[in-house]
Amino acid sequence: MRKHIAPTAVLWLVIGAAYFFIPLLATFLFSLRKASTGHCCSLAAYGTIVHNHEFWSTLRLSFQLSLETIAISLVLFVPTVYWVHLKLPRLRPVLAFFALIPFVVPPIVLVVGLLDFYKGTPQWYYGSPYGFLATAYVILAFPYMFFSLDAGFRAIDVHTLTEASQSLGASWATTMLRVILPNIRAAALGGAFLALAIVMGEFTIASLAAFHTFPTFIQYVNETQAYPAAAVSLMSFGITWLAMLALLFVGRGSRSRVQVAGAH
Amino acid sequence: MKLGRRRLSLVWLGTVPFFLYTLFFLFIPAGNVIAGAFKDTHDHWSLTNIHDLFQTQYINAYKTSIEISLVTALIGGALGIAIAYAAIRDGTPRWVRSGMTTFSGVAANFGGIPLAFAFIATLGSVGIVTQFLDNVFGINLYSPTGVNFQIWTKAGVEVTYLYFQMPLMILVIAPAIDGLRREWREAASNLGASSWQYWRHVGLPILMPSILGAMILLFGNSFAAYATAYSLTSGALPLVPIVIGNFYTGDVLSNPHLAQALAFGMFVVLAAMMLLYLPLNRRASRWTR
Repeated sequence: MRKHIAPTAVLWLVIGAAYFFIPLLATFLFSLRKASTGHCCSLAAYGTIVHNHEFWSTLRLSFQLSLETIAISLVLFVPTVYWVHLKLPRLRPVLAFFALIPFVVPPIVLVVGLLDFYKGTPQWYYGSPYGFLATAYVILAFPYMFFSLDAGFRAIDVHTLTEASQSLGASWATTMLRVILPNIRAAALGGAFLALAIVMGEFTIASLAAFHTFPTFIQYVNETQAYPAAAVSLMSFGITWLAMLALLFVGRGSRSRVQVAGAH
Repeated sequence: MKLGRRRLSLVWLGTVPFFLYTLFFLFIPAGNVIAGAFKDTHDHWSLTNIHDLFQTQYINAYKTSIEISLVTALIGGALGIAIAYAAIRDGTPRWVRSGMTTFSGVAANFGGIPLAFAFIATLGSVGIVTQFLDNVFGINLYSPTGVNFQIWTKAGVEVTYLYFQMPLMILVIAPAIDGLRREWREAASNLGASSWQYWRHVGLPILMPSILGAMILLFGNSFAAYATAYSLTSGALPLVPIVIGNFYTGDVLSNPHLAQALAFGMFVVLAAMMLLYLPLNRRASRWTR
């Protein structure tokens, strides 16, 4: 066994770290440039962004969509995964297979099908981000939610907890809310933070369906104002950072697994 | 017996909301794309659009998409393995491993519009690194007679995609590298094997299904990506997702069934990837603890 780190290991780790940090550093330096001279240093780019009311309205919309996506996902997937673990274990591979399908039907394919199939449905659905976009985002979040919840339910003894709760006279609702949910809280929160990262960065579906969310606002700034674009890109990275750090924080102690939200 | 069967049917009811939701928002849209690809502008069954996919412009879009996906899967995969192994091998302090996992988790999720701009700020024509190389080393990345790099071309998209491909590889491959037991290496060296022989006959054969499986994931990740390439190239680089997107956002005369046919083509490529991936994944899980 080696006592010291191998020189080639240092080399590869430095390359990896450089690839990670240099674009972030460059974006930061870029955001500090003065619009008039193109040189350092000014905070004007940040001022331009925070004084743009579209920044706040799109940020609010994307955040509301995240919350709606998380709420629908939890209400839909927590009882389903619980029920499958409790009563229908044979169905678990079917659900795991379903969770792979969004890999074969990525957002760019999904949105084509959604736009065509739901054309002509009422405006409150087709024309509203809270309808059309939210239902699509639940599908994008589904694989991450499912694998997170599945791991959570596998780590607890669903049968014993349910029987103990019911033999003490608890109803299904009480069992769900006061026994099961507290035991899978980390898994549910983990799925929720991934969903947050997905929705706050999702561009493909929003753009093709012509909704104005936070990522489409960033793209608009990219096309029009270079230095403010750097500032708002950094802010968006900050949101992803926070969501991922929160995910790590709630996942402490449990076995870490691959968590990739994929808003590429 | 009869009672048991009736109870079973009630038990299934608990999964109905889930199946209805995935039916309406995943399976029906996917089926719509597949069916729509085989219809003409009058909604009659036809192979016109599938036939149109073989026009040079669309064939080239698939070629470019596949080429970028292959290049970034191979380079991102190789770099990812090297970095993951460097962080896990004996002698590297433990905190490096946990730091790598954290940063990879974050970087694999950086993508889309902000990532595109980060690379414009880095390697664009007035980017920080571009200017640094020019001022300090006299290397002009954009000189047509020299490197001739441009962030809005294929090479630029590849360099940018590596930013999320590499960390994805690290996340997927690290558990497989963990599964290489020290005893195997010790046994090999006790029997007189060199480091190269160990990798050639023990390490790589065990890792190979995991590596191939991970690279397929990387391929799909890049093949399906839309936002990053759209933002970098302003929708000018003809990748399949961008061509599809132009049907909806641009002023191209719209034949929705042609967009569906292009999407169907993506579905076929990704489904083929999935069929390759599943057996590899089953084989790889043999060695994971």
